[in-house]
Amino acid sequence: MTVGLSHYLVISAILFSLGLFAILTRKNAIMVLMGIELVLNSANLNFVAFSRFGRMNLEGHIATIFVIILAAAEAAIALAIILNIYHNYFSVNVDEIDKLKE
Amino acid sequence: MSTENLLKYSIVVLLLPILSFVINIFFGKKLKKASGVIGTSILMLSLVISIIIAFTKLSVYSGAKIIQTSAEWVNFGNVPGIGPLSIVVGIGIDNLSAIMLVVVTLISALVHLFSTEYMSGDPKYTRYFAYLGFFTFSMLGIVLTNNFFLMYVFWELVGISSYLLIGFWYEKRSASNAAKKAFLVNRVGDLGFWLGILILFVSYKSFSFDVIFENIKSGNLPFNSGFYLTLAGILVFCGAIGKSAQFPLHVWLPDAMEGPTPVSALIHAATMVAAGVYLVARVFVMFTADALTFIAYIGAITAFVAATIAITQNDIKKVLAYSTVSQLGYMIMALGVGAYTSGFFHLVTHAWFKAALFLGSGSVIHAMHHALHKAGDHHTDPQDIRNMGGLRKTMPITFITFLMCTFAISGVPFTSGFMSKDGILAGTLAFAHLSGHWLIPIIGFTAAGMTAFYMFRLVIITFTGKPKTTFAENTHESKLVMTLPLIVLAILSFWFFYSVNPFDASKGWFANWIKPPQTVVPAQYQWNFLTTKVSEEVASIDQTMEVEATKTVLEEEIHHNHTTAMILSLSVAGIGILLAFVFYFWKKVDVDALTEKIKPIYNFSLNKWYIDELYQSTIVNGTTAFSRLLGWFDNTIIDGAVNGVAAISKWFSFFSGKFDNVVIDGIVNLTAYGTGFIGLLFRKAQTGKVQTYLIIVLIGLVLLFYFVS
Repeated sequence: MTVGLSHYLVISAILFSLGLFAILTRKNAIMVLMGIELVLNSANLNFVAFSRFGRMNLEGHIATIFVIILAAAEAAIALAIILNIYHNYFSVNVDEIDKLKE
Repeated sequence: MSTENLLKYSIVVLLLPILSFVINIFFGKKLKKASGVIGTSILMLSLVISIIIAFTKLSVYSGAKIIQTSAEWVNFGNVPGIGPLSIVVGIGIDNLSAIMLVVVTLISALVHLFSTEYMSGDPKYTRYFAYLGFFTFSMLGIVLTNNFFLMYVFWELVGISSYLLIGFWYEKRSASNAAKKAFLVNRVGDLGFWLGILILFVSYKSFSFDVIFENIKSGNLPFNSGFYLTLAGILVFCGAIGKSAQFPLHVWLPDAMEGPTPVSALIHAATMVAAGVYLVARVFVMFTADALTFIAYIGAITAFVAATIAITQNDIKKVLAYSTVSQLGYMIMALGVGAYTSGFFHLVTHAWFKAALFLGSGSVIHAMHHALHKAGDHHTDPQDIRNMGGLRKTMPITFITFLMCTFAISGVPFTSGFMSKDGILAGTLAFAHLSGHWLIPIIGFTAAGMTAFYMFRLVIITFTGKPKTTFAENTHESKLVMTLPLIVLAILSFWFFYSVNPFDASKGWFANWIKPPQTVVPAQYQWNFLTTKVSEEVASIDQTMEVEATKTVLEEEIHHNHTTAMILSLSVAGIGILLAFVFYFWKKVDVDALTEKIKPIYNFSLNKWYIDELYQSTIVNGTTAFSRLLGWFDNTIIDGAVNGVAAISKWFSFFSGKFDNVVIDGIVNLTAYGTGFIGLLFRKAQTGKVQTYLIIVLIGLVLLFYFVS
């Protein structure tokens, strides 16, 4: 059995779903952040897979590298935000942080 | 002097008194005592110019009928239904106005001079002179105008200035009431005057005397009927009834004596009341036979009624006031019977001697007032002749001038009054001969006798005998500024100013200046003796005098009746004077016992024929009752309707308010509550939790994909 595009896409979809599940269900903000990383990486997998099987040369790779850099920057900022939230609420439980409704 | 300059000078004469008014009214506070001097000197200047004008008109331009100029004042353009319409105003000088100009300015100047002393110490001294100037201006306007429009304007100005002067001491209730009475009574006459002017204006589209007279002359009558011409004449004469205090409207003049005495001399003896006579003389040519008869009877009735009242009055000014009314009646009667020259002649001569009599009475009152003031008495009436007596010794100049003028008014020979009154009586006799109205000369002669009687009664009680009070004993002759006007006016009462022959004025220069104008009324509406002419006997004594080749039948008849009239008038005046001496000087008859015997007649005269009471009970009370009725109507019906409307509005507003509060506000509130309620429902979705939102996004996305694909 040769590994084809569909396999990558299935793996990517599973990864995206797991990441989404983590985002939606985890109480800890760090965990939510980690879910986001999973979603981003599933997207990276898609880019690379299409780059390999979709005759798209290096554009897929370049997008992937952009996303990785974006993810790093996002992690840095998001962690800083979470740290600030902790300072204000003394908790990182996303259920307790519901100031948005006001 | 050219005619243009003559008119320019007359405008200067007209405007000088208003200059005096402006100076005194605006700078009076600073001028104080000087205002009298300024007013007097301005009037003196005005007098000098007037004399120059009169002299020029009467000598240089004696041939010219009238020198006049007119200017368009308002042009209404082409008025729909009427045609081109414009109001033209102007001034004109004929012999009548030239003489009148001198009369007004001379008396005004003398009254100014007299007043500087008489009014001294009055707190409103400067305003008094301002009013005097204003009055003189208005009066000169009446004299100079050549059209009905300006005549009416100045007529009303004279009315208002007389109102101001009668009510000058307005803090006295009687004075302010007298001022109101004078003004209102005059308004009644003026209304008629205005209606008469309107009839003429509607017919001829012009206010100008000349245009109107020319139209009548060419047979173009108002509404094509002689009746309307008569009506217009009588209505215009109504103005004269008011201003000249003729019979039904004479009641204001005696009350007007509440004003300062010099004012009475100026306004209510010499000038303003003469305005009515002047008006009749001015429009004399347009009166029809019926209008003239009406005028003659009104004049005769006035002369008689006023003379009977004057006999019993005890207030020195009231006697003079009623004698003025009586003499004005004489003038009006003279004009009514067609004795134009004598009527105007009497106006002029009467102006001199009546002004002098009033100023003389002012001098007496002034002296009495001072004597009372010195004695600290404020209750005794300084005007009551029963408090006087013997003033001949203390006030000789006043007495002599007063006596001279009394001779004149009574018609004693060698005075001006004799000549003018004689002319009038001859006129009434001639009129009666030609028309059959014998009542008029009978009244005329009776009134002449009564005039002589009451004037001598006044002089005897006031000036002769023993002083009746200590105050009369302590009076002193007035200062020169007060006696000088008296002397001037008394001298003017001699005959030689008017004619060389003291027994016949018709050959004198005055009669030469004032010729009866030719009537313009068509022959069928006019007395035939005023329209037909007879040739004069040219072979008269003086060939140079034959200026007029013809004269009317009436003038001829007057000439024939002259001697009869003179004898009759001399005898009635003589009887009057004799009776006065018998009653009051020699006291042959006990006057008190006599009055007791004829008590009802005496009271009837003393109470002025109860005319004031009659007016009070009919017109005044009627008006008050009518006003009350109107007041009731206003209070009950109108106010009721207004209040009803208000109540309905209020009631309606109440329901409208309720509707607003309940229904409209309910809907609004319901909307708000509904929105709030829905908001409350949807608010639940806003948990504030990021994960919930994300789930909703996800579900939305999935649904989107599902429905789109």
